[in-house]
Amino acid sequence: MRDYAVSPVWVVIISILLLAGCETVEVKPWQRGELARQEMAWEPDPMESAFREHVYTAKEGASGGVGTGGGGCGCY
Amino acid sequence: MICRALIVVSVMAVTLFSGVTAFAQTAPDFELPRLSKSSTLRLSDLKGKVVYLDFWASWCGPCVVSLPELEKLYTRYKNQGFEVVAINLDSAQEDAQRFLQGKSISYPVLFDHQQKTPEQYGVAGMPTAYLLDHTGKLRYTHTGFKPNDGEKLSNLIQQLLKEKES
Repeated sequence: MRDYAVSPVWVVIISILLLAGCETVEVKPWQRGELARQEMAWEPDPMESAFREHVYTAKEGASGGVGTGGGGCGCY
Repeated sequence: MICRALIVVSVMAVTLFSGVTAFAQTAPDFELPRLSKSSTLRLSDLKGKVVYLDFWASWCGPCVVSLPELEKLYTRYKNQGFEVVAINLDSAQEDAQRFLQGKSISYPVLFDHQQKTPEQYGVAGMPTAYLLDHTGKLRYTHTGFKPNDGEKLSNLIQQLLKEKES
């Protein structure tokens, strides 16, 4: 029968590689201009998103139940 | 003993109620190019003046609100030894130039393409501004900008100008 035991060294290496995915890069306040650009928004076209939202709320009876706050330049 | 305690309490009271810090650090010096000009400006050359150092960018809404207010303060106090120095932090100089076209801003606007000065000053949000007294010390930090902040700043500037004269 084949031995499927995994070497602890591999466990450590794979864990480190997986944890590397949790790394965060701090965005400085003066670098947030890139995040405030129109193409970085969830909905790049405000007219189209307003139209879609209107249709959605009318069909679902879910006024105010669309979207979340946040995003943008994070200015004071 | 009582006398010493009274001095400590009075200094604390002055610090708390005046709005400006009595124990302040010297502002880090820098030399940056002026936007759309070939000349540069060094902060230490403004020693002896009360300086409002403003970090701004064209994409930041409150910064846009602050510009006309700062222009008003600048024109009101510049003859008394007050200076506004704005450091633009856009990633491209053209964005700032395009934004300022047609706007009457007479105070110096500098461009920091390496974005080192906001690190030096510890800018925590946009916009952030620092009020420096005539000895070059950081006396007040102003974060954000609301339409009625101009009046509050005006009082602080007057206070520092009075200190300069005394």
